[in-house]
Amino acid sequence: MIVAEQKPVDEIERMIVPYERVLILGCGTCVTVCNAGGEREVSFLREALQLAAAKNAGESHVFSEYTVKRQCDEEFLDPIAPQVETVDAVLSLGCGVGVQSLAARFPDTVVLPGVNTSFLGMAQEVGIWDERCTACGDCRLDETAGICPITRCTKGILNGPCAGTKNGKCEVNKEMDCAWILIYRRLERLGQLDKMRRYYPPRNYRPIPRPRRIRAFAKLAPVGGNHG
Amino acid sequence: MAKSLFEEKLSSGKFLVTTEVGPPKGTDISELVHHIDLLKDRVDAINVTDHQSSVMRYPSLGGCLLVKERGGEPILQMTCRDRNRMALEADLLLADSRGIHNVLALTGDSVDIGDHPEVKPVFDIESVQLIRMIRTLESGKDAAGNDLKGAPSFCIGASVHPGADFIEPQLIKFEKKIAAGAQFFQTQGVFDLASLRRFMQYASQFNVKILAGIIVLASARMAKYMNENVPGIIVPKEVVEELATAEKGKGLQKGIEIAVRLIRGIREERLCDGVHIMAVGNERIVPEIIERAIEERVPSQGR
Repeated sequence: MIVAEQKPVDEIERMIVPYERVLILGCGTCVTVCNAGGEREVSFLREALQLAAAKNAGESHVFSEYTVKRQCDEEFLDPIAPQVETVDAVLSLGCGVGVQSLAARFPDTVVLPGVNTSFLGMAQEVGIWDERCTACGDCRLDETAGICPITRCTKGILNGPCAGTKNGKCEVNKEMDCAWILIYRRLERLGQLDKMRRYYPPRNYRPIPRPRRIRAFAKLAPVGGNHG
Repeated sequence: MAKSLFEEKLSSGKFLVTTEVGPPKGTDISELVHHIDLLKDRVDAINVTDHQSSVMRYPSLGGCLLVKERGGEPILQMTCRDRNRMALEADLLLADSRGIHNVLALTGDSVDIGDHPEVKPVFDIESVQLIRMIRTLESGKDAAGNDLKGAPSFCIGASVHPGADFIEPQLIKFEKKIAAGAQFFQTQGVFDLASLRRFMQYASQFNVKILAGIIVLASARMAKYMNENVPGIIVPKEVVEELATAEKGKGLQKGIEIAVRLIRGIREERLCDGVHIMAVGNERIVPEIIERAIEERVPSQGR
């Protein structure tokens, strides 16, 4: 899932200064699971912003709140159109996709990001999420025992560990496992160390130019070029 | 024909000594030139570091040009941290055209540990891929397969970590570097002969030259600092304790003593093909180490 982190309240306060009526809009999917932008966080943030506004005399905001099932899907945005029309800005607690989806759907409304979208990851333990995927568009997890060196090695290197690893940890963070030590141990356990002995050529960055687009039907129904 | 003077020496059977100089942070190259002049005739080649520890400095290529100008034999340290394939290729073409024909191919430290932690780390390729890319350039093609007008030639070195606390994955990578075309290795700092001995038992089966990395420690504090903060460095407890026995202000002398002892031990046992002395900021003491460890003079009194 997409993991995000709520922005500091003072940053959000500065962002909303020009706007009187602000709709704080949560998202019921990824950011709800990672406690960054679900219904609960929307309501906490509203209280925090109201408190902050009360302290700053002269600044008045009218907050409203709502949480949609998914901000990145237009069908869930249509029903809130009347509500959006009544405000000066929407403060989205959805991920970066949600913010942009709102901006596209409501061209006349200011949309502000309330969270920092961080990564694709999973919960490690309560309150801790770890990055697991870079969405690089060229998955090699079959070669690395299901552990991604592009995401989990700070250098994203492909031919084994650098010499900076100590105690199985990374040179930039003594708490962080060295991805290549994890890969080695798991390949050894699976009897597949030959995969680590292979040479892996440089990555092809061509699938990565931004922005990317996937066409669901492109591969199912090729157009022309029948070489049969 | 040998690709470089250093390549010629690699096959001479002589016990090799290389060292390194670190370029300045800024345009004042006087100290760098001084170190080059001090060392160029005492060693078989001088490495010039490439923003060592991810600290921005005068470039390695510039330092190598100076080594050439002063009549020394340079080894261009080249990391993949700051340049993509195109930039690395271009620098290699420049190096070759200016008579720099030795390269030490490295992945490079993370930017997080250096003085520009906010920059974008590149790592478009890494050490093994860099070695292959250099060999591809030599074949007259660039990394994208296009023809070159004039191909470079390089004697390629790489790094290996005999003292790694988990050696097996490092050895796999060592073999991949050899398969890619590495001809010599300058190892990460070696602090005890036992780990070097173990490594050489395995490494001697390959047709490559191994130069043991000798880091000259200047104090117990520096050793502890390096253990904590410098990637990959593991100074054993015994060495830290020995440094701690030095009188105040005599730490570097103790460090020199340890380095001399290590180098003598390596030579006596013929453990490997040479040493690579890293004085990390104390380049001026390298001639003394060479005199005491290699040139076999009786150490003068009072040391």
